[in-house]
Amino acid sequence: MTAPATPSIATPTQDRARAGAPAKIVVRGVSKVFQRKMDELEALAGIDLDVQAGEFVCLLGPSGCGKSTLLNIVGGFENQTQGIVHVDGEPVTGPDPRRVFVFQEYGIFPWASVWDNIALGLRGRPKDEVARITQHYLELVGLKGFEKSFPEELSGGMRQRVAVARALAVSPDIVLMDEPLGALDSLTRLQMRGEILRLWQREKMTILFVTHDVDESVQLADRVVVMSPRPGRIAEIVPVNLPHPRDIGSPEYGRIKNRLYELLGVSHAI
Amino acid sequence: MNPVPFVTALAAVALILVARRLRDPAPKILLPLATAVIFVCGWQIAADAARYELRDKDGAFVRMVEIFPTPWSTLVGMWIPITDGTLLRYTVASVFRVAAGFALAAGIAIPLGLWAGWNLRGFQALNPLVQALRPISPIAWIPVAILWFGVKDSAAIFLIALASFFPIVTGTMTAVRTIPVVYVRSAQNFGLEGFELFRRVVLPASMPQIITSLRFALGIAWMVIVAAEMIAVDSGLGYLVMDARNANYYDRVVGAMITIGIIGILLDLGMRRLETLDEVRWGFPKVQGEAAAERVRTALVRKAATPARERAEVRS
Repeated sequence: MTAPATPSIATPTQDRARAGAPAKIVVRGVSKVFQRKMDELEALAGIDLDVQAGEFVCLLGPSGCGKSTLLNIVGGFENQTQGIVHVDGEPVTGPDPRRVFVFQEYGIFPWASVWDNIALGLRGRPKDEVARITQHYLELVGLKGFEKSFPEELSGGMRQRVAVARALAVSPDIVLMDEPLGALDSLTRLQMRGEILRLWQREKMTILFVTHDVDESVQLADRVVVMSPRPGRIAEIVPVNLPHPRDIGSPEYGRIKNRLYELLGVSHAI
Repeated sequence: MNPVPFVTALAAVALILVARRLRDPAPKILLPLATAVIFVCGWQIAADAARYELRDKDGAFVRMVEIFPTPWSTLVGMWIPITDGTLLRYTVASVFRVAAGFALAAGIAIPLGLWAGWNLRGFQALNPLVQALRPISPIAWIPVAILWFGVKDSAAIFLIALASFFPIVTGTMTAVRTIPVVYVRSAQNFGLEGFELFRRVVLPASMPQIITSLRFALGIAWMVIVAAEMIAVDSGLGYLVMDARNANYYDRVVGAMITIGIIGILLDLGMRRLETLDEVRWGFPKVQGEAAAERVRTALVRKAATPARERAEVRS
């Protein structure tokens, strides 16, 4: 954990405006080097990021820019090579039910019913409490009546809803989403974005959301962290100061979108 | 020459050829039955062709001699083993040996495979030995089994256990080692560890592949029991084959072979029932797969038959 040159916890300049409130997630000077057979792969270099409690932050970038690696480090599934990752002022040492992951390939268990999947994180609690919470989140994601179904009988969107319900059932402080909508068709994806926003506004958790979809990031995020590849660095953090529900036709929306495309080095007008 | 098998076989071939024009869906039994009829007719024709005339020293015809039994003479030849209970007794003996050896193998191989699949050092220690012993045919162990156990049930059971062990332990290890990382991470994320991680994730995630390896192992076990019984014991279907051959009762040899085939199918059908359980269904190709493929095919045919303009309208 402790790197030779430990960076300070001081708030970096780009988050100056938010200084004052202690950040929920603090990432300082994080780099990640993967050892390969012949050489090394530098996946992340010098990442500084603060995420406030209740904030919705998107990590946006092309594939291979290390955004998923960063998410895995925050989630405790991988160790950083250098730097500090703190959540609530404590270093991250491993996976924790307070920080729940939602994977692109769902990660729900095909051998368990919808009900058992959602109740996964509630083991050890009183039976009636488990039933009440599971029922609540089952209904919240609109899967009432499917409790006895098995995942293979559900559509992709419904499976992802099970994954979201399973994550929310443990009342996590932080939800880490790794391209959770990547495997869905575009209409279902739009609908699921709305549902994730609704759940976020209701449950007020912190969300770190990895995507390579510019529209997705502008529709969802309070701030979009644009990353550049090889090694993954933060190119810029773009705030999206638009109220929800967002008018995707507004000039401000278009301006932010253009800015993101520009940072990603793609021409918006094709 | 007897024209009946020729005509019957041709009728069955014709049935298969016109089957796609039959009402949809065709009765499930129809096509397999037609194939079976062709096979039996071919058998009859071949057996007829191999018969020869037995003549006395004056050249007068005595009778026809069968070299290979026809389907009918097989049935007649099996009459005694069937009615005096020998066939049933031998079948039970064979199935019992397979069940005992198979259960013994599964009881050791599944826990061992789970452990070695989950534990890298365990895998590194166990796998080379397993892979080195696996290619040795169980038949090669027959002399060893007789030396250790004598001509007894236990020798056959040992051989069956040996034959089933390797596919099961290899299949189980592979099953655990190929569990998608996303399941393990999800489990860890929700605080599952130790025995609970094993019971709720490792075991169910590898169950479909374990069942497949069990099914595969049972198929091998059933083949090996016949070979083992020919040499290592004096009862069972394999013994029936060998005993009938020694007495030159080829009708019983063939009858025993057919019985072996039928029991083999029944055992496999029994194993396949496991695949339909709710907890493992996800790991097997869908039964609806056939129906889905059929839908795609009809959709393609329809699309090809629809003019382009109409198709565009459908799309809009």
